[in-house]
Amino acid sequence: MSAPSSRGDDLLRGIWRENPVLVQLLGLCPMLAVTNTVANSLAMGLATFFVLLGSSVLVSTLKSVIPHEVRISAYILIIATFVTMADLVLAAVVPEIHRALGAFIALIVVNCIILGRQEAFASKRPVGRSALDAIGTGAGFMLALLLMGAFREILGSGSLLGVSLFGPGYEPWVVMILPPGGFLTLGAILLLLGWSRQRRAPQPRVRRWPHGVATGRAG
Amino acid sequence: MTDLAWILISAMVVNNFTLALFLGLCPFMGVSARVATALRMGAANMFVLVITSVSAWFLNTFILEHAPYLRLIAFIVVIASLVQVVEMAIKKLSPALFRDLGIFLPLITTNCAILGLAIFQTNRGYGLLEGLFFAVGAGLGLALALVLMASIRQRMELSDVPSLARGMGLVLIIAGGLSLAFMGFAGLLSA
Repeated sequence: MSAPSSRGDDLLRGIWRENPVLVQLLGLCPMLAVTNTVANSLAMGLATFFVLLGSSVLVSTLKSVIPHEVRISAYILIIATFVTMADLVLAAVVPEIHRALGAFIALIVVNCIILGRQEAFASKRPVGRSALDAIGTGAGFMLALLLMGAFREILGSGSLLGVSLFGPGYEPWVVMILPPGGFLTLGAILLLLGWSRQRRAPQPRVRRWPHGVATGRAG
Repeated sequence: MTDLAWILISAMVVNNFTLALFLGLCPFMGVSARVATALRMGAANMFVLVITSVSAWFLNTFILEHAPYLRLIAFIVVIASLVQVVEMAIKKLSPALFRDLGIFLPLITTNCAILGLAIFQTNRGYGLLEGLFFAVGAGLGLALALVLMASIRQRMELSDVPSLARGMGLVLIIAGGLSLAFMGFAGLLSA
């Protein structure tokens, strides 16, 4: 946690600079499992956003009441309550998407992003700032989900939100909507991000050692 | 009997928890740098999965009929506390076993593979015996994926990978390859 931070920073930090998925590599299970179409990504993103915001606000409100020894269990109970709510609402409002997401809505409970924000932020900060942090992190998660979802749906089905993009002549890359496509897409996105980071980083002034010489710095 | 065997094989290779269903990715990425560690992680996973399967069956049969909306909360609380109790018992009875498996137990208690197993088992209406075979199959599948990944990563340390690709990006691409290979098992079930 970088020391002095303003409210704006609470909100913006999670969206890109400390993006929970692309930078911190948390919450990979839902990230890979449900992003085969944009609609599924969106539903998953909204559900996670709701759970994160609700539990952050509640945890931060109750922080002086929850005994320190059982705080993790208390957070999990709070999160599970919100997930049950999201699960029932999705089942009632958009049953076909709920079916497509299957068990993964229930599995939001064990999404480490949410528990991580409670432990690292909401349990120590006032309600307002916790809510801002939850909004930022939730938006960052949704951004990553939509990025993956768009990429996989465009390549894998040749459509976006169910609207065909390339006409009937397009041969879809079926593998992209199957499980391996999830791994490959996220791997490619991480490699691209790493590449752009490496290009922007200032070149080190130290002498380059020939290949194979141990320099004591991690590679 | 053959049904039970199919449940086991299906959970192990065809619908492999890690490579086809994306469950338990955190240990898959985090603890797959060494084969020996991966094996122990696999064993610890199997152990928790079996406990989970039995307790989920118990909760579903005797308690949750009356309050299905409490399912998620009940699963988490019961599984987490049961694993804690068993962990303490192992610590007391067999310190050697605890040293090998113990450090992983808190990590995997609320891992998505564990809760996922409980939920899948509920959705498919498995009984006690079917649930046990499902848990063992899923545990074997997780261990298989972990060990395969760890073996590849150990070999990779010796190869000349560009600095850009060192890290998670490449691990994910390799996982994609493994996942593709496991898709080859999909034909087994329709036969």
